Amino acid sequence: MLRRGLISGIAGAMLMARWRQSLVAAVGVMFSITMFVTLLGFMTGLNDLLDGLILNRSPHVRLYRDIRPSAEQPLSKDPQYRGSYALVESVKPNGNRMALYNGGAILQSLRQDPRVLGVAPKITAQVFYQTGAIELTGLINGVEPEAENRFFHFGDYVRSGKAEDLSRVPNSIILGKGVADKTMARVGDIIQVLTVAGDRVPLKVVGFFQSGLMDVDKVQSYTSIGTARKLLGKDNQYVTDLQVKLHDITVAPALAREYAKGFETDAEDIQTANSQFETGSSVRSIISYAVGITLLVVAGFGIYNILNMMIYEKMDSIAILKATGFSGRDVNRIFILIAVRIGVAGGAAGLLTGYLLSSVIDQIPFNTAALPTISTYPVNYNPKFYIIALSFALITTILAGWFPARKASKVDPVSIIRGK
Amino acid sequence: MTQNENPIVLEARKIAKYFHDPATIKVLDGVDMQVRRGEFVSVTGKSGCGKSTLLYILSTMDTDYEGEVLIGGRSVKGMKEADLALIRNEKIGFVFQFHYLLNEFSVLKNVMLPALKLGRLPEKEIEAKAMEKLRILGMDGQALKKANQLSGGQKQRVAIARALINDPLIIMGDEPTGNLDKKNSDTVFGIFRSLASDFNQTLLVVTHDPEFAAGTDRIVEMEDGRILNS
Repeated sequence: MLRRGLISGIAGAMLMARWRQSLVAAVGVMFSITMFVTLLGFMTGLNDLLDGLILNRSPHVRLYRDIRPSAEQPLSKDPQYRGSYALVESVKPNGNRMALYNGGAILQSLRQDPRVLGVAPKITAQVFYQTGAIELTGLINGVEPEAENRFFHFGDYVRSGKAEDLSRVPNSIILGKGVADKTMARVGDIIQVLTVAGDRVPLKVVGFFQSGLMDVDKVQSYTSIGTARKLLGKDNQYVTDLQVKLHDITVAPALAREYAKGFETDAEDIQTANSQFETGSSVRSIISYAVGITLLVVAGFGIYNILNMMIYEKMDSIAILKATGFSGRDVNRIFILIAVRIGVAGGAAGLLTGYLLSSVIDQIPFNTAALPTISTYPVNYNPKFYIIALSFALITTILAGWFPARKASKVDPVSIIRGK
Repeated sequence: MTQNENPIVLEARKIAKYFHDPATIKVLDGVDMQVRRGEFVSVTGKSGCGKSTLLYILSTMDTDYEGEVLIGGRSVKGMKEADLALIRNEKIGFVFQFHYLLNEFSVLKNVMLPALKLGRLPEKEIEAKAMEKLRILGMDGQALKKANQLSGGQKQRVAIARALINDPLIIMGDEPTGNLDKKNSDTVFGIFRSLASDFNQTLLVVTHDPEFAAGTDRIVEMEDGRILNS
């Protein structure tokens, strides 16, 4: 105990004797930790936002029926042409049945699957919005607002009105912001919708929807699933999509294959559908880490320099310490301790200023039509970054202290004392 | 005096040492030497005769030599660096030409450092002991000053107090008065003399000051890496 206190006391005294340089080194570490934490917090905040834009609203597995040509063409029935390559295909895809076969039963069994967090059924229907003499092409999603809210944050993107109004008000619609602007519709108005079958249906506007993706908002609208069935004149078993949210997103590709086989339908997993987003996120993260670590390495060189200088200045002290009975190991510890103190002080201060800078960025207004859910820059305060930053600060300072400390421990007291 | 019956505290057996840079030179050539407890021995000789080299070999700081060094009857040949450091800490006190006090610490703390390193006594007792040593040297009034606030002579007296703190077997001095004026030299010599006479402290001092050497119990004269008398 006494000895450790002694070593640390000597380290402290040497640190204080050169407090200006020590402070500069600590500020270097502080600056790099500040930037590391802020950069990663900001970058991750943005990543989460952008990912959320698509990924939060996407089902982990989507069950649907794809349009595809009939597998059995007349030519393949003729034994004469067996084994030949068929160039003539006359039976075109049949679009009559967009619905999932046995949708209700699939829904039932999905809801009982322990890996599934929830299922939201959906009907997509092509329509025209009528405004004046023009008909705008559009797409209506018939959804269960409650399920859609719970699993896909639907409510976050409804600007005026409430998502729940879809189920409360009969024959209601939430218009995409782009559609609303073009048709000059306001909340409470009645809008005329033409179905592909030629029926004209009046729907009451209960809100607007802004996803942040312009192209989507110009086309899509939402109704309750019941309204959508009425629109298409279908029975209450009719469903075109089942959107599955899982507990663990990583099993999505395997489950998609399993469901496709088990339910004899098409299934698409989120990884396949949105692979480009994950790539973007990870590249941005790598860049942030690279910049942060570069800053830390530069700070490490600062510490290395200070310690080297200190050793040259304190050569006499090292010599007398060794002459009076301090071993090379003791001297080594003294200088490692100096480095660690600079690292810990700078690192802790850096975490604090990093947090403060992050909170400042968090307050800067950031209003853009594309991102309706936020009003300030997004910042992520994940403690993981703070822990990584502090560990890196400690590792770099110990490494930066290692070589000078080794040099100090190898000082030959005789050559110093005799050299006078 | 009955010093010849006192136990031998330091012994050198056939010490030989070479310098290899720029060319190989034999600096010490089979030096034999004994120092008994309570003796005040000085080593003299011309510049380059190897007297300092011998001292640093005897001090365990220089380990590159042939022959054997025994401290308190124990050979230190081939010991590890950390063990040698412990021997220096416990058994040897040093006074160099330059004081080598740590400017970051007070006079008192400078004196305490080797004892704190040894760690045999609680800090309070070490402090009391350091004050006592400073009192012997007439420096107790300056105990709380920083080392760099003292004059050259005062610094050297503090360095002697530091050498005494662990009650060493032997005090080694390398030109301890070399940097001091006449008055301070006399003071330092007076201190050494009284340590030997009054406290029965063993001292081995390398000096080229004939007046200093004349006041010691025994003079070891060296020339070209050999001891002339003894």
